Amino acid sequence: MAVIIETPNSPRTRKQANWEKYGWLFMRVSGPLLIVLIFTHLVANLVVGDGIKAIDFAFVAGKWADPFWQVWDFAMLWLAMIHGTNGMRTIVNDYVAKESLRKGLVTTLWAVGGLLVVLGSLVIFTFDPCPAGAAAELLPSFCPAS
Amino acid sequence: MASIPAGTLYRGKVGMWSWVLHRITGVGIFFFLLVHVLDTALVRISPEAYNVVIESYKTPIIGISELGLVGAIIFHGLNGLRVIAVDFWSKGTKYQSLMFWAVIVITVGIVAGFAPLHLARVFGE
Ligand code: HEM
Repeated sequence: MAVIIETPNSPRTRKQANWEKYGWLFMRVSGPLLIVLIFTHLVANLVVGDGIKAIDFAFVAGKWADPFWQVWDFAMLWLAMIHGTNGMRTIVNDYVAKESLRKGLVTTLWAVGGLLVVLGSLVIFTFDPCPAGAAAELLPSFCPAS
Repeated sequence: MASIPAGTLYRGKVGMWSWVLHRITGVGIFFFLLVHVLDTALVRISPEAYNVVIESYKTPIIGISELGLVGAIIFHGLNGLRVIAVDFWSKGTKYQSLMFWAVIVITVGIVAGFAPLHLARVFGE
């Protein structure tokens, strides 16, 4: 099934915005940012202190009490989801030859990606570290005793 | 050597295998991220719901798998920098093979350093 590209070196003639190029650039801009965001995330959660043993509701509440980590996780969520979804789109484009199936899968990818980004953002910014009625020993130490 | 067609710089070599690994790790990390956003969202349900699910991340089998996940992220990230270097750095193609091996060595090194620490926490009391 040879695909014939007649003059591969000729300049692009279509006049619309070149989204494929912006996607390509986005992968290369978000990548280095994700290194900083994710590697720091891994060190903060899995290396320092007691690492994975310390992770529970109170640990998360302690982090998100600080706007620094809220913004950090928000940036990481958006960049990683867009980068990952766009990468999956590339892979679908490579392997799925049937056009209707390809379109369906790409649409599903962006729908799922969009849903998770919205859900994750809401979780970060509507988070309540001291929910009413929760057992005090599960909450961070700064919650008022009830 | 006669079986390798002349002029093949890519197929069966470092360039191809780094791409295969980059693709597989990318897909793996993507599906983990979907699950990870959902498990973290449990903090909005209740402290108990979150704690119960996050405890499973501390069990031996998942604890060991986390080393694979961490390794996949480090490989994908560092190899991503290599891809960017090949695209934008004039000497990128000259050193692409060397950079691939550097990525492998650094990834294995970091995972080897992290493993004892992490496994002691997963298996210790
Ligand atoms: C840690 C920092 C990261 C860096 C530096 C990075 C770098 C890159 C680069 C440069 C590409 C484009 C490769 C190409 O066009 O040939 C890429 C592709 C991809 N990335 Fe990442 N990435 C990172 C994190 C992630 C994360 C967190 C995910 C998942 C959510 C992910 C999933 C993917 C996928 C699925 C592809 C497509 C692979 C392919 O087309 O073969 N990456 N990455």
